[in-house]
Amino acid sequence: MAIIELWHRLVGLFPFSWAHYGFMRNALLSTLLITPLFALLGTMVVSNRMVFFTDVLGHSALTGIAIGVLLGFHEPTLPMIGLAVILAVGITLLKNATKNSTDTVLGVFLAFVVALGIVILSRQGGFVRYTNYLIGDILSVSMQQIAWLFVIFIIVFVYWYFAGNALILTSINSSLAHSRKVKTLYIELSFSVLLALVVMVSIRLVGILIINSLLVLPAASSRNFAQNAYSYTVWAAVISIFSGIAGLIASYYWGTASGATIVLFAAGCYGISAIYGRCRRK
Amino acid sequence: MINACDHCCTKINNLNVRFGDDVILDNVYLHVNCGEVLAVVGPNGAGKTTLLRTILGEIPYQGIIKFRISGHESVKPRIGYVPQRLQFDIGLPLSVADLVVSAISRHPVWLRVNKKLLEKAKDILSLFSVGHLLKRRIGDLSGGELQRVLLAIAMTPDPELLLLDEAGSGVDVKGLSLFYQIVNDLRNKHHIAVILVTHDITGISNYADRMILLNRSVIAEGQPKEVLSNEKLKKAFGPSLLDISCLSDAGLFKGGKNGHN
Repeated sequence: MAIIELWHRLVGLFPFSWAHYGFMRNALLSTLLITPLFALLGTMVVSNRMVFFTDVLGHSALTGIAIGVLLGFHEPTLPMIGLAVILAVGITLLKNATKNSTDTVLGVFLAFVVALGIVILSRQGGFVRYTNYLIGDILSVSMQQIAWLFVIFIIVFVYWYFAGNALILTSINSSLAHSRKVKTLYIELSFSVLLALVVMVSIRLVGILIINSLLVLPAASSRNFAQNAYSYTVWAAVISIFSGIAGLIASYYWGTASGATIVLFAAGCYGISAIYGRCRRK
Repeated sequence: MINACDHCCTKINNLNVRFGDDVILDNVYLHVNCGEVLAVVGPNGAGKTTLLRTILGEIPYQGIIKFRISGHESVKPRIGYVPQRLQFDIGLPLSVADLVVSAISRHPVWLRVNKKLLEKAKDILSLFSVGHLLKRRIGDLSGGELQRVLLAIAMTPDPELLLLDEAGSGVDVKGLSLFYQIVNDLRNKHHIAVILVTHDITGISNYADRMILLNRSVIAEGQPKEVLSNEKLKKAFGPSLLDISCLSDAGLFKGGKNGHN
């Protein structure tokens, strides 16, 4: 708590109108926690071709909320996490069992979780209450959510420190990873569960519709600049944090939804990186 | 046919692998001594890669796989493995140094790789004449270069058994004979057992001590020249036995276990 107080005082010193609002200072802090996380996870999502998978995870939040409503939960985060973790484990096991492309199966899952969620939530015209989840609302972030983000931030970085190499080897060739004593199934499962956790904890802030872009865009942009794993991570983090801060502040002045504005900045970075990538190859 | 397993060898008896109702390997026997290169050839879908992955311990099986290392039974020998192909996009930002360090050390490569590890990676690669590729992206390597990088990783630390999958795919003729020469030298220098899966049956026959022809089960076994001149096979396939992969298309290998009888 003392850290958050210190943070508020520090940001309050900035000579900008937005820095005087407590909600903006909280939003900035949570942006600084979320964006490096998403950059880190995104590097592996893009390398592992899991973009569609994370899209399904994000959209499963609708059904998660619906289950929460049906079960009478006041706060649907737990059922959302529960469902996303079950989906993540299920899809990973399915992918390993078939070894075929899971594209079609993911498409079916996506349709199913979205439709089921909407059907349950729209009973008696009540869907309007949940539109906040679709576009996200980082400005209303609570102290409790910031604390959660902080805990997950630490978990992800510790996990990445110990499992990073294993994740890289597994993504390149699982038999090669196996020959280096990597438990490939555990690595894949733990990564997808972690993804589910991070996506669900931050979905209320970022929004179901755009959360996947925040995972994909920084890493995709970084690929056009980076030559190795270190620069891949650093570029992704820099682009993600920059887009986060710029998007949040721009959304304050423009009066727009913060999540979507952040994604627009990230998309702009991707555009620049793609042009740079093309020039470099020539 | 199966030699006694004395000091150092890998011995496989009555190996069966099934995926659901599909029989992938049926009653396979195989024996390879240390210091010996065993070539495994066979049509596409014959179960060659599955055989290697089963030896690696990745796939559940029925039957016996025994390792004897320096006169002692060993459950888990050190196995070096060179995969058939890697699943990455050309644009993947992963350098050769990243690949080597992530395989041989616990230091996370997404944090900067320190000088000591870089030196170590370079030393390992230099043994296979690819030290200069350290900072290149793996997507920028030729098939032969990538194969030597993977071989360098597989040889660190010294394995007791070396498994090479589809040694010929994506490598030109010159690169391939260089690769065989390196494998030959390794076998002589380190006295390791090598099991090598390949489609290049004519190229490998100069280097392999023995060859087995696999199509779910072992159809023929012996010295490469014996296997290649096996009367039954010759009669069936004709003299132009250059690429065994075409044999599956001709439907001539459909015998499976019967072909062995």
